[in-house]
Amino acid sequence: MKRIGVFVCHCGVNIKETVDVEKVTVELKKHPDITHIENYMFMCSDPGQNLLKNAIKEKKLDGVVVAACSPTLHESTFRNAVEEAGLNQYQCEIANIREQCSWVHKEMKDATHKAKVIIQTAVAKLKLNESLSAISAPVTRRALVVGGGIAGIQAAIDIADAGYEVVMVEKKPSLGGHMIQLSETFPTLDCSQCILTPKMVQVSKDENVKLHVNSEVEAVEGYIGNFKVKIKQKAQLVNPDLCNLCDDCSDICPVLVPDEHEEGLAWRKSIFIPFPQAIPATFTIDEDSCLGLDPIACGKCKDVCEAEAINYDAKTQIIEEEVGAIIIATGYDLYPEENLAEYGYGKYPDVITSLQFERILSATGPTNGEVRRPSDGKVPKEVAFIHCCGSRDPDRHLSYCSKICCMYSSKHAKLYKHKVPDGQPYNFYIDIRSGGKQYDEFVQQAMEEEELLMIRGKVARIYKENDKMIIHGVDTLSGKGVQLEADMVVLAMGIIPSAGTDEFAQKLKLNTGEDGFMVEAHPKLRPVESIQAGYFLAGTAQGPKDIPETVSQASGAASKALALLSSDEIFHSPIIATVDTDLCSGCGICVATCPYDARELNEAEGVVEVNDILCEGCGACISACPSNACQQKNFTNRQLSEMIKIVAAN
Amino acid sequence: MEKFEPKILCLLCKWCTYSGADLAGTSRMKYPPNGIVVKTLCSSRVDAQHVMEAFQQGIDGVFIGGCHPGDCHYQTGNYKTRRRVILLKKTMEQMGINPERLTLEWISASEGKRFARKIKEFTSKIKDLGPLPEYDFTESTENK
Repeated sequence: MKRIGVFVCHCGVNIKETVDVEKVTVELKKHPDITHIENYMFMCSDPGQNLLKNAIKEKKLDGVVVAACSPTLHESTFRNAVEEAGLNQYQCEIANIREQCSWVHKEMKDATHKAKVIIQTAVAKLKLNESLSAISAPVTRRALVVGGGIAGIQAAIDIADAGYEVVMVEKKPSLGGHMIQLSETFPTLDCSQCILTPKMVQVSKDENVKLHVNSEVEAVEGYIGNFKVKIKQKAQLVNPDLCNLCDDCSDICPVLVPDEHEEGLAWRKSIFIPFPQAIPATFTIDEDSCLGLDPIACGKCKDVCEAEAINYDAKTQIIEEEVGAIIIATGYDLYPEENLAEYGYGKYPDVITSLQFERILSATGPTNGEVRRPSDGKVPKEVAFIHCCGSRDPDRHLSYCSKICCMYSSKHAKLYKHKVPDGQPYNFYIDIRSGGKQYDEFVQQAMEEEELLMIRGKVARIYKENDKMIIHGVDTLSGKGVQLEADMVVLAMGIIPSAGTDEFAQKLKLNTGEDGFMVEAHPKLRPVESIQAGYFLAGTAQGPKDIPETVSQASGAASKALALLSSDEIFHSPIIATVDTDLCSGCGICVATCPYDARELNEAEGVVEVNDILCEGCGACISACPSNACQQKNFTNRQLSEMIKIVAAN
Repeated sequence: MEKFEPKILCLLCKWCTYSGADLAGTSRMKYPPNGIVVKTLCSSRVDAQHVMEAFQQGIDGVFIGGCHPGDCHYQTGNYKTRRRVILLKKTMEQMGINPERLTLEWISASEGKRFARKIKEFTSKIKDLGPLPEYDFTESTENK
């Protein structure tokens, strides 16, 4: 029989105040399964751990229960101590008598009794614990980065710089994400393209980076350190290796569609390059609008292409890659404007979104950087900037703050004043949130030096009268209604996870929160990891954030991924499911129950087998097994029954 | 007669409800001491057999805690538990055990307050129901 030692912690007074530790010690001394019991003021302290280690040696203990705080805090401390004393770490159990006993009960009598029961259930479990060691598996030393915006670019650069290969997947025809659309960035007003394009070039030149554009992740199989990824790449109708960017094709292409890069403010051809610095530098055919896929209808671009880069018969490809870590950097989209019908977006061409205004401000944009309104090209003399469009409105729209809109709306007003010195910007805001290095100074300076008119309040309605947009709102500082005229309105749309994030997360079995953003493993202490092992999060896929924060998080995610890629093996908890082949009838119910495909029916033997590395140890299969053939290591049905008996007997 | 103090078994999933119970402790919320917690990795580890065993042994109420639908750490475990509990309650009814003696609650790691409230409610419900009536389980469990 196992010689079990019990160590009861006082936790200063945290436990001792409501649990009579002396009484527990004296009364459990007589317990037939307990060889040794003592109590100490702080078991987690060095002397406390030494007490435990010495007792293991002196009393020849082969199992230990520490009755102390929650196992989430010190389970690993005590397991390490037990290992140092020569026992297997799984011969240590924690009885949670603080969070779930001393802190939640008032009466000492009750708490003392409950502590005794908790300790006894731990002893009952420990009696049947096996010694286990972690399961190891090799690591594929490559990473997958999903998303080619600034988050994905930064993560890919960091991983490639460390000498590991990166597979990068981008849905659009070019790297760049939303950042490439921006004009200038707050608070320094440096040109967004000028700081991003060198990084894009760096990625494209790096031999460690394999870039797949026009591609999406189709499926991921496997587990941390050993993922098999299927990537679906749209048909490459223009061969990027042959295209020499002569532009003859788009000159002759007869199809015009709204330009996504210009947020619909300009037109592009069906064969196009998204923007001059696109990476990879090649023209692309947009399959949805191209007529040439039916050669009878068109074929003009192929005729003029001297490089012979165009092949209408190219097919969608499935590319398979093996990686060890996956970084999710799928980015954001704007909250749908049509949800704010009262602002008239879509009805009035001069009500535009913040991203559209970025394009108008941009030197490479549809107006070459001149502020001109879309309807008639006139220079707007009064512009209203409406903050929080969709954000911070839990009843009707998004409950959260989109975090960047205060800053970029102030920037918009400022840049507008630089370009139209006699213009008047009006900013409608709820609160100004400008936390960040040099951020508040930026907003203050905009207000003081650029004659911004800041109106604290929400806008109820926008409509057109003659040539003017009429803005109805309220000034909550004076408590009065406000009615303003403006030539153009810019809506600071809130941000939401990029389109398709939901299905993508489901495909990869990643968790998303109520707001649809990817969920981190711990909101404070593990902000760049997903709870799913081997997945890391970067940028706005995880929540609204600005560029510096995105870059930091991307580097953080990359360093976490690198820690994984640089290890020889990964270790997996041994608390997994097993099959007793003598009892297994091969019915296969457990195979369907397993969420990880960790079980397989061996048809020849008529039994089910478990893939140790895939099994996460949830135990769903065990309760589904009609033959009692499935067990969970160190949490067997027998152990559970023994614990239930203790609860019933007390 | 001595006041009836029910015996309650709490089977809590490690990721959500167990952490929620810890949070109730950290926040020093008070609730009755009748429930003894057994931690499972997932609520779907709870076998119908164990719940019946608990009643057989004389436990007056069983409280199962899992993650909210959609939040299961193991993706779908809590849905399996939900189905199992529905069936289990029917079985209990047929066996003459009041199905209210079994409850399944979704309590997240951030819902310490909810944990304390749910435990309070369940304990007082079991107190109202009184001790589990003597029941001869031998017939139904002899094949085990």
